[in-house]
Amino acid sequence: MHPDHDRQRPSPEAMLRAAQAEERQHRRGQLTIFLGYAAGVGKTYAMLETARQRLAEGREVVAAYVEAHGREATEALLEGMETLPKARYPHQGVELAELDLDAALDRRPELALVDELAHTNAPGCRHQKRWQDIEELLAAGIDVYTTVNIQHFESASDIVTQITGVPIRETVPDSLLDQATEVMLVDIPPEALLQRLRQGKVYVPEQASQAIRQFFRPGNLLALRELALRRTAARVDDDMRTYMETRAIAGPWPVAERLLVCAGGSPYSERLIRATKRLADELKAQWFTVYVETPRLAKEQQENRQRVWRDLRLAESLGAEVATITAPSVPGAIIDYAVRHNVTRLVVGKPAKPRWRELLRPPIVDRIIRLSGSIQVHVVSFQPAPPPAGTVGRIRPGIGSWTDYLVSLALVAVVTALPFLFWRDISPTNQIMGYLLAVVLAAVRFGRKPAILTALFGVMAFDFFFVSPRWSFTVADTEYLITFFGLFTVGLVISTLMAETKMRAEALRERELQTESLYYLSRDLAVAIDTTSILEAVRKNVGEALEAHLAVLVPDPEASERVRIAAASEGLTLDAKEMAVADWAFRNRRPAGNGTETLRSAQLLYLPLYTAIRTFGVLGVSLAATADFFSPHHRRLLDAFAAQISLAMERVDLARQAEQAQVLEARESLERALLNSVSHDLRTPLVTIIGALSSLHGEALSLSEPKKRDLLRCAWDEADRLNRFVGNLLDMTRLEAGELRINREPCDVQDLIGSALTILDRKLADRDVSVQLAENLPLVEMDMVLMTQVLVNLIDNGLKYSAADSPLEIAARLDGDHLLLEVRDRGPGVEEQHLSRMFEKFYRLPVPEGASGTGLGLSICKGIVEAHHGTVYAVNRAGGGLRVVCRLPVQP
Amino acid sequence: MTEPSSKGQPCRILIVDDEPAIRRFLQTALADDCFAPVLAENGHAALAAAVATKPEIVLLDLGLPDMDGVEVIARLRQWSQVPIIVLSVRDREADKVRALDAGADDYLTKPFGVGELLARIRVMLRRSLQQAPEPVIRVDELEIDLARRLVTVRGASVALTPTEYELLRLLATNAGKVLTHRQVLKQIWGTAYLEQPHVLRVNISNLRRKIEADASRPRYILTESGVGYRFRSDS
Repeated sequence: MHPDHDRQRPSPEAMLRAAQAEERQHRRGQLTIFLGYAAGVGKTYAMLETARQRLAEGREVVAAYVEAHGREATEALLEGMETLPKARYPHQGVELAELDLDAALDRRPELALVDELAHTNAPGCRHQKRWQDIEELLAAGIDVYTTVNIQHFESASDIVTQITGVPIRETVPDSLLDQATEVMLVDIPPEALLQRLRQGKVYVPEQASQAIRQFFRPGNLLALRELALRRTAARVDDDMRTYMETRAIAGPWPVAERLLVCAGGSPYSERLIRATKRLADELKAQWFTVYVETPRLAKEQQENRQRVWRDLRLAESLGAEVATITAPSVPGAIIDYAVRHNVTRLVVGKPAKPRWRELLRPPIVDRIIRLSGSIQVHVVSFQPAPPPAGTVGRIRPGIGSWTDYLVSLALVAVVTALPFLFWRDISPTNQIMGYLLAVVLAAVRFGRKPAILTALFGVMAFDFFFVSPRWSFTVADTEYLITFFGLFTVGLVISTLMAETKMRAEALRERELQTESLYYLSRDLAVAIDTTSILEAVRKNVGEALEAHLAVLVPDPEASERVRIAAASEGLTLDAKEMAVADWAFRNRRPAGNGTETLRSAQLLYLPLYTAIRTFGVLGVSLAATADFFSPHHRRLLDAFAAQISLAMERVDLARQAEQAQVLEARESLERALLNSVSHDLRTPLVTIIGALSSLHGEALSLSEPKKRDLLRCAWDEADRLNRFVGNLLDMTRLEAGELRINREPCDVQDLIGSALTILDRKLADRDVSVQLAENLPLVEMDMVLMTQVLVNLIDNGLKYSAADSPLEIAARLDGDHLLLEVRDRGPGVEEQHLSRMFEKFYRLPVPEGASGTGLGLSICKGIVEAHHGTVYAVNRAGGGLRVVCRLPVQP
Repeated sequence: MTEPSSKGQPCRILIVDDEPAIRRFLQTALADDCFAPVLAENGHAALAAAVATKPEIVLLDLGLPDMDGVEVIARLRQWSQVPIIVLSVRDREADKVRALDAGADDYLTKPFGVGELLARIRVMLRRSLQQAPEPVIRVDELEIDLARRLVTVRGASVALTPTEYELLRLLATNAGKVLTHRQVLKQIWGTAYLEQPHVLRVNISNLRRKIEADASRPRYILTESGVGYRFRSDS
């Protein structure tokens, strides 16, 4: 792919990959695997020996789970080492000892020893497999030493089964071997191992002893040893390659290969996938696994979807890129995908099918080879073998309900009976039409197989009842054989076509439903502006589309790394165990629960809702049928839903952050203004007060009586001003903090105006103030104290901004169901551009000589009036002056 | 300052405030021939001092460290009718109303001028010295003849409804004292009307239109915003 000269320097991608891998190693714990080729080679012993060295070096080592199998030498090594108690799980009357994962996570040692990587956990454990426990330990930053035999690696298990004839049930993904920081090969010669076995030094479980003895044959051991040595060598090779690649050491780089394998859910798919993985490893190639869904196969796929899903997940865990495509033909789709992804080799299986079936329909393999062009095709053949035990049993192809067949037969009987009952002279040709009709009906109604049966019985009935000699299957006129053949073939074709059309329509309908539900969800999510509306959209759309019960769980603000239910379908409750599974999915950003590998005993499936930025919560899903949890259809749809929900949650989160930033900015600018105002407006009066008082205190004797009086008057006025300012500040703070409680009661507007004027009595002195009250003003619901303050502020403003001899008018009238309260002055008015801003906080108009304000009075008025659901605004008066209007609802 | 005390002795005045600066200020402002201030810094000290000294007037701050000022009023009222003037900061109308309902006679909003304080004290003292209500109350141009139930403004008689007359009589006989809305409602209309404040508003409004020269700038019946009403008292 890359020209050779590009390889002279490490490519940036390679550097980045190496750096990222290193970083990941830093963050995660490091995994050391002690690899053996059979039980009894001394893996646990080697692990403990190495661990003791680490302990001697001063590292914190804890034996989280070590199985000594009663060997003294091994137990001696465990002495003096901190050992965690094992968790006990009762299972079918036996108590099973397992790794206590939570205890290990809580203990959080530097290095944990966990024996037997490939172990399958007892039911009730968090994970199905021990390697998943170890993954979690690593993710928590704990280094892990573990032991495993070569036959347990997924890609090796097939070979081992072939070599030894013993099926391997406990497998671990090969990626663990690649992920391990170090792989230590524990090796002894097979003779020595056999001798140890004879001496009884190797632990052999009683119930499996027969199989194990079969396993421990010299030939097997040699082959397994070679396998282990080769895997280790390949790994060393790999390390070397990484080293050379990052340091620009020229080497014999292979041309990049890309492999493609097609998963079809057949019993051989799994082996095919493992074979491809081996090939890909040897070629250091990227590989893909695709699953082609065709309308024709849709029904079959329904039946074996569990296995297809399992295959795809296996491929993914082995490192393949997995895709599902929908296309009318399998070979065409595979070749198309291969060409688009520059695939160089195709791996296909050659199932052993009877020859005659190949004649009827050429196997897919042949068609692929014909279409493949320049792509190499590897055909892997398999011996027919029973499906591996322990997996879900092979699902028999659906044969439909027996009533379908019965009704089909009844149709044939009816058609046969018609001429006998009603129409004695019907010609044989038309009688055939009757049978054809029955075939079509059966095809439409019941599908392919009942239709074929109908065709078959139709032919037989026609022969028996209508073709001479009648009442016998013998045919006198051989020409009728053509009729028979024609009738049967037409029946076959029609039924196949009908069945296909029906399935296609069904597949389309399903697809359409899914698309539709996704569309509705995304449409509803697009307009969701807060978490509540997101939750509502999810509950409505996802619940309906999948006929599922849902719970959306969001981070619990009171407990870190825990989730709480934000919304749930009616009747769905989650107990502590379910919540623990949800917590796990949330913490680890991985699906958990029903239908997954982790904590599968849970009732619900938990999908984490996360984006690149953060995890927003968990979607808990309870599907109607157990099988649905394993269905790729459902999972794909759920994954799509989860992705949509995550994005919507992220959007809401970002919007909220932006809003917060805006609020913060506004608050900061307000605080700046406040600080300016406070430092100026608090100090200025103090200057006068302190100055006046100090001169009265110190030089009282030398001052003349009128001068003293003047000074006192100044100090008093300023103290008054300070008092007002502090009051305003307090009011503003209360308004801002939302602490201002409106205490509504019916108020007489005249009384309100009177109170305000009484308060301002001293200032009004001999101002010409006129009050214009409309007739029959009703009592208005308002907070008298606060509204008095508003009026005082407005009148005070009017007084300040207008000449001492100019008149001031206060008016109250009704406008519909609103009270208009006006204060009018004959001052200079306000420039238009200031009119709308004058009610803002700390906004000061150019102040005429002698008038001083805090810039708060009007904004307090605005706050109070708005708290009464009213508005306040100012307009310039014709003929000069300003008119400030409060518009209050009479009834709140 | 005229004759604050009937016996020509200095009037014992109990000052209750937890702020030393305010106690000092009040003591300085009031300590002269006419007043003998007694100081208390919390509710318990105030109750003890009240028992010990039998003050003729009490200045009480509502925000006390050890107990609620309203509680102090209630306990004083259990055995004494001494005039109580509440000192309170602004915006605590609800507190003022509670204090007045509990038996306080008047309130002053901090900060206040000494002149204002002295005027209130004088009104209180005069009221407490008054043995029997005067048969005729005269304020400026308003005259209320309680014996004959006659109200005249500038000599012209004013026709009042029975409720308006009762209202005016209640306010006028308590001249200088703040009456809360509840107190007025209860006395004139009865407890059933406690939650019907508009009745009071309408009657006050009508009464003002009949006796005030300019109802928008009343001279006789003054509104204490959010608290109640006070009949003007010449002091």
